[in-house]
Amino acid sequence: MAEVEETLKRIQGQKGVQGIIIVNSEGIPIKTTLDNSSTVQYAGLIHQLMMKARSTVRDIDPQNDLTFLRIRSKKNEIMIAPDKDYFLIVIQNPTD
Amino acid sequence: MEIVYVYTKRRSEFGRQCNFSDRPAELHVDILPDPSLAANFIERDPCDVPLQCSQEMSEHEVNTERYESESRGINHAEGGWPKDVNPQEMEQTIRYRKKVEKDENYVNTIMQLGSHMEHCIKQNNAIDIYQEYFEEDEEMEECEEQPSAKTINIFRDPNEIKRTATSLSWHPDASRKLAVAYSTLEFQRATPDMSLDSYIWDIENPNKPDMTVKPVSPLVCLEYNPKDSHILRTGTPAKEASPWRCQLFEHSHRDPVFKVIWLQSKTGTDAFSASTDGQVLWWDIRKLSEPTERLVLDPSRKGNLDNALGAISLEFETTMPTKFMVGTEQGLVVSCNRKAKTPAEKIVCTYSGHHGPIYALQRNPFFPKNFLTVADWTARIWSEDIKESSIMWTKYHMAYLTDGCWSPVRPSVFFTVKMDGTLDVWDFLFKQNDPTLSLKVCDEALYSLKVQDNGRFLACGSQLGTATLLEISPGLCFLQKNEKALATAMFERETKREKILEARQREMRLKERSRSEQSKEEESKEAHGAEESAEELTIQAEKEFFDIVDGELKKREKEEEKCKEKDVCEEKDG
Repeated sequence: MAEVEETLKRIQGQKGVQGIIIVNSEGIPIKTTLDNSSTVQYAGLIHQLMMKARSTVRDIDPQNDLTFLRIRSKKNEIMIAPDKDYFLIVIQNPTD
Repeated sequence: MEIVYVYTKRRSEFGRQCNFSDRPAELHVDILPDPSLAANFIERDPCDVPLQCSQEMSEHEVNTERYESESRGINHAEGGWPKDVNPQEMEQTIRYRKKVEKDENYVNTIMQLGSHMEHCIKQNNAIDIYQEYFEEDEEMEECEEQPSAKTINIFRDPNEIKRTATSLSWHPDASRKLAVAYSTLEFQRATPDMSLDSYIWDIENPNKPDMTVKPVSPLVCLEYNPKDSHILRTGTPAKEASPWRCQLFEHSHRDPVFKVIWLQSKTGTDAFSASTDGQVLWWDIRKLSEPTERLVLDPSRKGNLDNALGAISLEFETTMPTKFMVGTEQGLVVSCNRKAKTPAEKIVCTYSGHHGPIYALQRNPFFPKNFLTVADWTARIWSEDIKESSIMWTKYHMAYLTDGCWSPVRPSVFFTVKMDGTLDVWDFLFKQNDPTLSLKVCDEALYSLKVQDNGRFLACGSQLGTATLLEISPGLCFLQKNEKALATAMFERETKREKILEARQREMRLKERSRSEQSKEEESKEAHGAEESAEELTIQAEKEFFDIVDGELKKREKEEEKCKEKDVCEEKDG
């Protein structure tokens, strides 16, 4: 438990990080640093996108699997680290 | 499920009942084998017979009822909470979350994901991984392409009676809108049913015009105000030059206004117009009842309206605000100075060299001392300093040239359109005798042409009111490496050549004059001689002409005789 907190704190402390969300496989946000409405919105939308991306990678090559997903937009970058049961979403403002 | 079909027949329609009876078999026909018929057939050996031992299947088609599907997004309001947890209640959700956090699996997963994520975050912070590293190389690769242009959209005149698209203007900011003025140039032919509207098209939507301009009479030309993109200046054949949101005002020009240009001024409300009645008028659009200034294009500089040359095109360059040029119906280009004190001084000089009205006149955006004129069957490039003739010109084409303009991005490229519906792209650094690219845009004549400010798109308007939007290949709209230097060199060279020729001509004239002063008799004889030689030349020319014609006629007669002989011979044979 403490290590989880520590990791999250470290990530939060990195330059440009705007928010962190941990979502489980059903789309329920477990831990978040943003407000509730944004969290829920991110969780729902990204969950679907993640599923789609994963199935795409798998369709092309069944041996393959999705390891990381980065979405770069004009204002910030959304990074998603997926796993079987949970995924970690970080929103960062890249430095430039 | 039983499938039942019921046949019904009325009792009254039944005939008498059938009475069946039995009788022995009767032989009707007995056909015996006839071996002689076998002679008509050949035995086939071997015989290929396909056989398939499989399940017999039949194919049926069924059309189900159509169902309509629609794509919709879902607003994910709340996650998939398990059944026993009520998402509204804070306690339950918090308890659930705490439970998850204590899970072993959770801790491991998050540690692993966390480290992975940190790596990427640090990467992001270190450098911009999406930066363009090799920007310059991209541009170099595009030189090898063949120049080409493709049609993107065609905007047709929605009215039944087609009018010519006489003028086009691109919207200054967005460049997604194109204003087209429709009118007929043969003024007597304007029927009362003809619609007067001109349209503003959005280039993405060719089916329906974005906005309609409903003037009192058809517009010949229009231009967007470069400062305020909602105001258009228009010129009409009924003699008014009016901004679009406008009120009628007293006529100013007596003949159709052919060209209107906005002036660069602090208020952004000045414009000037030119028409075939020989006047150039300056306007302030806020005060439309009267022009602010007037200039009569009289080559003798007396301001006499009867002598004035009708003006067809105007040219104004914002970097030289006091000078402007007018192209006339008579083929002269008149260069004028706006700030001159007397009207006589306003007309600075004229350039002659064209045989017909000058439909387009434009300075090169990169070299303002050189300008392009498009008239009769040629396009010519002039240098301001040389007044005797143009420094470069195209050959005489088969069709009349109706409009032309420089490319705003490349100093050596210009476009012209002709009466046979072709668009020519000229690049005089690449090829000077022929256009670099010649495209047949449509079958009818093209009357107007306008390039968009980025140099990539151009629109041309035709006689039947169709405005075609073309995209030019990138090779023609990106500045090449040495282009400016080469173009400068070329212009200088040609200008120099013309200067030398001009100087030589002057010398020759001086010589002749001095010679004639010495002996007057010789002079008269020479003059006579000159006249005679002129007559002789004409007689000789006529003689040669008739000889050629006679020769052709004789040839044809001979051929006809030969044909006749042939026919006669054939008849004899047959």
